[in-house]
Amino acid sequence: MLPVYLDHSATTPVAPEVLEAMLPFFDRAFGNPSAIYAIGQEAREAIERAREQVAHLVNADADDVYFTSGGTESDNWAIKGVARAWRDRKNHLITTPIEHHAVLEACSALREQGWEITFVPVDSTGMVDPDEVRRAITPRTGLITIMHANNEVGTIEPIAEIGAIAREHGIPFHTDAVQTVGKIPVDVQALGVDMLSISAHKLYGPKGVGALVVRRGTPLRPLLDGGGQERGRRGGTYNVPGIVGLGAAAERAMRCGVEEMERVRALRDRLVEGILQAVPDAVLTGHPVNRLPNNAHLAFAGVEGESLVLSLDAVGIYCSAGAACSSGDTEPSHVLVAMGIDPHLIEGSVRFTLGKDNTPEQIEYTIQQVVRAVNKLRSLRVSG
Amino acid sequence: MREIYLDHSATTPIAPEVQTAMLEAMREAWGNPSSMHLFGRRARDLIDESRVTIARALGCLDAEVFFTSGGTESDNMAIFGAARVAPAHRRHIVTTTIEHHAVLHACQRLQEDGWEVTYLPVDPYGMVDPDDVRRAIREDTWLVSVMHANNEIGTLQPIREIAQICRERGVWLHCDAVQTFGLLEVKVDELGVDMLSVSAHKLYGPKGIGALYLRGGVKIAPLLVGGAQERELRAGTENVPGIVGFARAVELCEQLGHEQARHIWYLRERLRQQLQECLPDMQVNGHPIQCLPGILSVTFPGVSAESLLIALDQRGIAASAGAACSAGSIEPSHVLLALGMDESRAMSTIRLSLGRGNTPEEIDIAVEIIAEEVKRLQRRAVASAPVQGI
Repeated sequence: MLPVYLDHSATTPVAPEVLEAMLPFFDRAFGNPSAIYAIGQEAREAIERAREQVAHLVNADADDVYFTSGGTESDNWAIKGVARAWRDRKNHLITTPIEHHAVLEACSALREQGWEITFVPVDSTGMVDPDEVRRAITPRTGLITIMHANNEVGTIEPIAEIGAIAREHGIPFHTDAVQTVGKIPVDVQALGVDMLSISAHKLYGPKGVGALVVRRGTPLRPLLDGGGQERGRRGGTYNVPGIVGLGAAAERAMRCGVEEMERVRALRDRLVEGILQAVPDAVLTGHPVNRLPNNAHLAFAGVEGESLVLSLDAVGIYCSAGAACSSGDTEPSHVLVAMGIDPHLIEGSVRFTLGKDNTPEQIEYTIQQVVRAVNKLRSLRVSG
Repeated sequence: MREIYLDHSATTPIAPEVQTAMLEAMREAWGNPSSMHLFGRRARDLIDESRVTIARALGCLDAEVFFTSGGTESDNMAIFGAARVAPAHRRHIVTTTIEHHAVLHACQRLQEDGWEVTYLPVDPYGMVDPDDVRRAIREDTWLVSVMHANNEIGTLQPIREIAQICRERGVWLHCDAVQTFGLLEVKVDELGVDMLSVSAHKLYGPKGIGALYLRGGVKIAPLLVGGAQERELRAGTENVPGIVGFARAVELCEQLGHEQARHIWYLRERLRQQLQECLPDMQVNGHPIQCLPGILSVTFPGVSAESLLIALDQRGIAASAGAACSAGSIEPSHVLLALGMDESRAMSTIRLSLGRGNTPEEIDIAVEIIAEEVKRLQRRAVASAPVQGI
């Protein structure tokens, strides 16, 4: 049963069938896809197959899928690339205070170049109000970037509504879908997004590869300049095994994602219910319904989240006190602050993110251990 | 049909030991290195160890090595990152006409932003004259970027001399060492560079991973932002198996040491000599001595490089015209034109690049096939040439 890994929003292991698909491209078909000879061609065909697999998963055109080194590059590219395409014609963008740092810091980089940034607020569940987005639009608005689902609290944003507003005003709309692709249905047509970031290692694919889906006609300049790869839009020799792995992970998600997530959702619901029943002064943070099926973000009054994470670590349960990318930060989570969560609760928050291999036994064990650890930490605090 | 791979400058196969190390990392250390728990710590340890290995090979501190997604990102990161921190009165770059597109296109993009770029010429061997660098550096020069060895013709540049000049003038020097690292000794202190790009898939490591060396004290702006990874200079969840594979590949190159380069040079000379004997009008490009051991750039007058490559491919030989990155283009190579070659000769040039897996026997077979195909194409060219003078 041990270890119990409950940090799937940080990263996931590569699924066996994904690894299987990648293996031939390490050695046998290692050629540089840009070459004209046969072993290069095999790699090229594999890349095009992966492009279709990814496109299929998000209902995009294969030609609109561009491979990158991961979610961070995709986010950086979308934001900086659109700004560059606008040059001086637009200089305002709309985002939220709860975005991933890859988006927030890319926006900050634009601010240095004279862009103005509007952060539309979120409510206490982490939800953006599309009307706020509409009100923030000005004639200088050149980009809207709002994440599909938050990586800490799991709240799913009303992207389709925002997409319709963006389209109405002809403003390029980017969404960071790193946390949703593979977990809930993602349809770029239905969402009305122009750009969508994907990361392979969040959906049982390899690290070091991702994609940016770009609707034709979106003003976007390259971020990485070099050879003519990706139709001149992203330089760099193709990471062939990585790309094949992303394709296989997309196909896997297409095949069993929904079923898998229903099972995960039931486990998650049991985890939340089990903990909330047994632990007083604990709350589920984020949206009660519109949330990622695998996310349980809980706040415990009178407990340090970090201490709880370490106590659970000691009994073989691995979760996190926030996003992995900011682990070690002493700053309170920018997401929880933006949601207006009570600072004492912020301090005591822990994120459990479930995955396909978690079992009911693991969940029962986790409930039991969380109850034990919270009680212990609280008693220490009282007596100390 | 026997397949003979003569395109190691485009990419190399992953060494079996590298693959083993990567698979183990995927199985045993798949956590997010930023996670504080056991899964994260295991991954973090592997990254730390790998960084030490690569730093040792480069002769630098591990804190001076930053992992990227590959050579292109390293080049872009160095140039854009240096440009971002430049004072307003120093917006001039010196580079050469024969750099990789990852450098050239980055410089062109800076020109759009008002930067001035001096593209230095090279001599017919593809060599940059350090005195040209000296003359090109102005009061407002911020950065010099010169590659260690050219990827199409293999000519090694006098980086030490150039570094000396840059240091005297207080200008940063970036060097794209993607073609040399792993094959030749690349020690950053001996070269005297401030920034150096390397890529794993050119040295029997995985694709999708590279590194940028930044000398302590050289503070540039990040290209990818949004996480504290790589000491806040390169955001993004680390490609752990890629990093582990890179380090293992570097270790293997170090173990092979000079033997690897010697073996490759021997094969290259065997190939050159035999081809020269069969095809006396063949022209060898690049510097005869100051060159990479494995690259043989040759021009066959009157032969279309594209037709030759297709014919060779059909007979099992993988080679390329110029760089793989521009293999799809029908433009003549910017490198060959920079040597002073005319367009028709440039379009008759192919690159054969050898690797440690090649054998003398393969070379002999390749010579036979290349000679046959070149002669066949030359005969065809003569037969189809318009009759003149009647």
